[in-house]
Amino acid sequence: MITSAAVAIAEARIGKTGESIYSGRARTILERSYLAFRSSTWIVVATGFLEPVLYLISFGFGVGKLIGNIEIAPGHSVSYAAFIAPALLATSAMNGAIYDATWNVFFKLKFDRVYQGMLATSLGPLDVALGEIGWALLRGLLYAIAFMSILGVGGLITTPWALLAIPCALLISFGFAAVGMAVTTYMKSFEQMNIINIVLLPMFLFSGSFYPLSIYPGWLQGFVKCLPLWHGVALIRSVSLGIFTTGLIPHILYFVVMIVGGLFFTTRRLTALFMR
Amino acid sequence: MLNTPKNEKLIEAKGLTKHYGDFVALAGIDFAVHKGESFGFLGPNGAGKSTTMRIIAATLTRTSGDICILGKDPAERGPEIRAHLGVVPQQDNLDQALSVTDNLYIYGRYFGLSKKFLRAKIEELLDFAQLTEKRDVKVETLSGGMKRRLTIARALISEPEILMLDEPTTGLDPQARHILWDRLFRLKEQGVTLLLTTHYMDEAEQLCDRLMVMDNGAIMAEDSPQGLIKKYSTKEVLEVRFGSEKNAGVSDQLKEMCERIEVLPDRILMYADDAEHVLEEIRKAGLHPVTSLVRRSSLEDVFLRLTGRSLVE
Amino acid sequence: MSNKTIARQGSLVIVNTAQAMKRGAWYVTEARVRTLFRWIFSLLSSSLLNPFFYLMSLGIGVGTFVNARAGSTGIDGEKYIVFLAPALLAAVAIQDFMSEVTFPVLQGFKWDKTYFAMNATPLTGRQIALGTYFASLIRTIGSVVLYFAVLLGFGAVNFGRAWPMMLTSLYAAGCFAALMMAAAAATENDDIFLNLMGRLLIMPLFLFSGTFYPLSSMPWPLQTIGWISPLWHSTELGRWVSYGHQISPLMIVIHFTYLFALLVGGLLWAFNRFEYRLTK
Repeated sequence: MITSAAVAIAEARIGKTGESIYSGRARTILERSYLAFRSSTWIVVATGFLEPVLYLISFGFGVGKLIGNIEIAPGHSVSYAAFIAPALLATSAMNGAIYDATWNVFFKLKFDRVYQGMLATSLGPLDVALGEIGWALLRGLLYAIAFMSILGVGGLITTPWALLAIPCALLISFGFAAVGMAVTTYMKSFEQMNIINIVLLPMFLFSGSFYPLSIYPGWLQGFVKCLPLWHGVALIRSVSLGIFTTGLIPHILYFVVMIVGGLFFTTRRLTALFMR
Repeated sequence: MLNTPKNEKLIEAKGLTKHYGDFVALAGIDFAVHKGESFGFLGPNGAGKSTTMRIIAATLTRTSGDICILGKDPAERGPEIRAHLGVVPQQDNLDQALSVTDNLYIYGRYFGLSKKFLRAKIEELLDFAQLTEKRDVKVETLSGGMKRRLTIARALISEPEILMLDEPTTGLDPQARHILWDRLFRLKEQGVTLLLTTHYMDEAEQLCDRLMVMDNGAIMAEDSPQGLIKKYSTKEVLEVRFGSEKNAGVSDQLKEMCERIEVLPDRILMYADDAEHVLEEIRKAGLHPVTSLVRRSSLEDVFLRLTGRSLVE
Repeated sequence: MSNKTIARQGSLVIVNTAQAMKRGAWYVTEARVRTLFRWIFSLLSSSLLNPFFYLMSLGIGVGTFVNARAGSTGIDGEKYIVFLAPALLAAVAIQDFMSEVTFPVLQGFKWDKTYFAMNATPLTGRQIALGTYFASLIRTIGSVVLYFAVLLGFGAVNFGRAWPMMLTSLYAAGCFAALMMAAAAATENDDIFLNLMGRLLIMPLFLFSGTFYPLSSMPWPLQTIGWISPLWHSTELGRWVSYGHQISPLMIVIHFTYLFALLVGGLLWAFNRFEYRLTK
């Protein structure tokens, strides 16, 4: 009976596009993550969103006193805390997604051989990729909501449009998770994995999180504007102040490309690794 | 201490116990190991073998009783005792970040051995463990059998008086096991005192001069492998199967035909000095086993007799 | 396969037990340093590159804005990067010293169980703890010296005056690391330990120790984090040494004494936990 159900599910995909890479059951991967998550320690989960909050308090209060307000557009200046808050949200979206989609995936790939087991069933590599990334997004969503609530309590939300920062944070998470997972599937050792960390920190520090890019020389501004985190910071900063212009479109497109590219390479690599 | 008589007791324990809270891991055991002998602890998981080994290795403190290793009390003079032991733990604890050679070198340094001595010694041991070609490879990339051989080589770096091996071949394929047995046999020939735990009876029969059968933290019997078989079993065994439903039904009838009978879930063991003869009698009685096998008694049978349980479950 | 027999003298001849027992801690140090050299690239990048980025982004970037507003009075009378430098050096020292006594401890007891292999030799728990600690000290000396050179390059310190800052940073880091080594040896759950250490200890200490601005500009409840933070004590001493930041002699004594208490308490606790874990 069980076998016939499995066969029926597999048969339902026959003839549909991409049957060999996608069975339409990424949900089961989410379910697996949930089962594994239930045995994790609540305090580790609960403290996961602390980092941006601590940065906000420390820099908002302390450095804010030293710097004062920041002019983000001609005639439009905001408090230092309000200036860094969107950047911190974007950064935590990035960090959370990267953590879930790189280190966790690396362990499952290398040591636990979880994917090998999954792909021995009728699940396809795209199911695995979507399921894993979906989980990262769920967690990201929770942390984004928590962070926005704290901004609300701290009086740093000035317009209802700011709520749109939450879906934007998800978009950023999705982009980083997809690319992160794709990169991880090519990684062989811990040393290589460390490179990811080495790249992330400067991106955080130089993407206009703590001060406007205007102080950089032109060539450096140009370089920073190619980095994904800068697009994330700029996107959330605009949205949370209720500033909507066509300038937002390139930011969104940047992440869409990351998502599509990331999924494409993850699927291709998983296929090559386990389904040859 | 250097010119020790052949029969010197290197290890002697009396009334040795170990409790973990309410759990009794060792319930007061006595034993002695003599110089140059190969002594085995045989028993299932949880019998107290590893606990005993760790106490001897001076890395676990006993709860009560006396134990003397190389004339010293491990609770008080651990480092002095450990200087003359070679320990192969159940799970390899090699330094994963280092190469094969570096693992041997560093371990030798822990004994305070000089670099000059170690350079020569490492070459010998690489050869002994058949790892010369892997000398500069990181440990994490070695196969299970290679890691095991390296762990044993590492334990030999200080030319220990006593080599202690906790389940040396568990998890190895048959070929790797035979290579290891060969290596251990040579050490024994050189006069190294071997102490090992195992739950493989063939290993115990191959390697041990004397065996201590353990169960639930107590000693069930102690003798040479042959002595144990002679004492606790018959010369031969007949294994018969009638199908899982019928085994219990015919057992009363079979009991009369042999010295002793063990009814296991999947088969019946009939103990007799002439097992072929028993098989004939069964046939004569009009019973038809699905399969039958005549074999020599082994330590497995000794263990079954002593504890009512199989060694490997 | 070789059939050569190995010449055997036996450990009673070749092992000098008394010497092995006396020098045990150094043998462990040697082993750890050997392992460290395998990772030299990762180590350099994490202990130099990261603080370098912080210096660029905060010292120069944020500094531009801070200096513009503070004008000639400066922060604590100095340019922002000069104010920041002692805190970053202190943070580097603490970060490196600490990671080199926590990860190896988790590895030794839990991941690879190498400490149990060490303990099968004449080495004792106390020697293994000390050896791990000394190796970390050696690594941290390396990072502190290198980072001080970076600070010199940025003009954030004056060598003639500020060089003892390397010693105060090293001292504070070493004191705190003893405590962290003990905590790592005491922990059974490495996952929780690492997560909470990062989020509830390292991050708050880094952000609330008067690192990026004078501690006094925080509301007092947040200042209490600074008072217990070894990073704050280290930073205060560093600023005092580096550019003559005003602190009373009493406070100097308090800084040194508090840190020393961490060292003694930490080492005693660590010895105790090491012996316990190895003979459990």
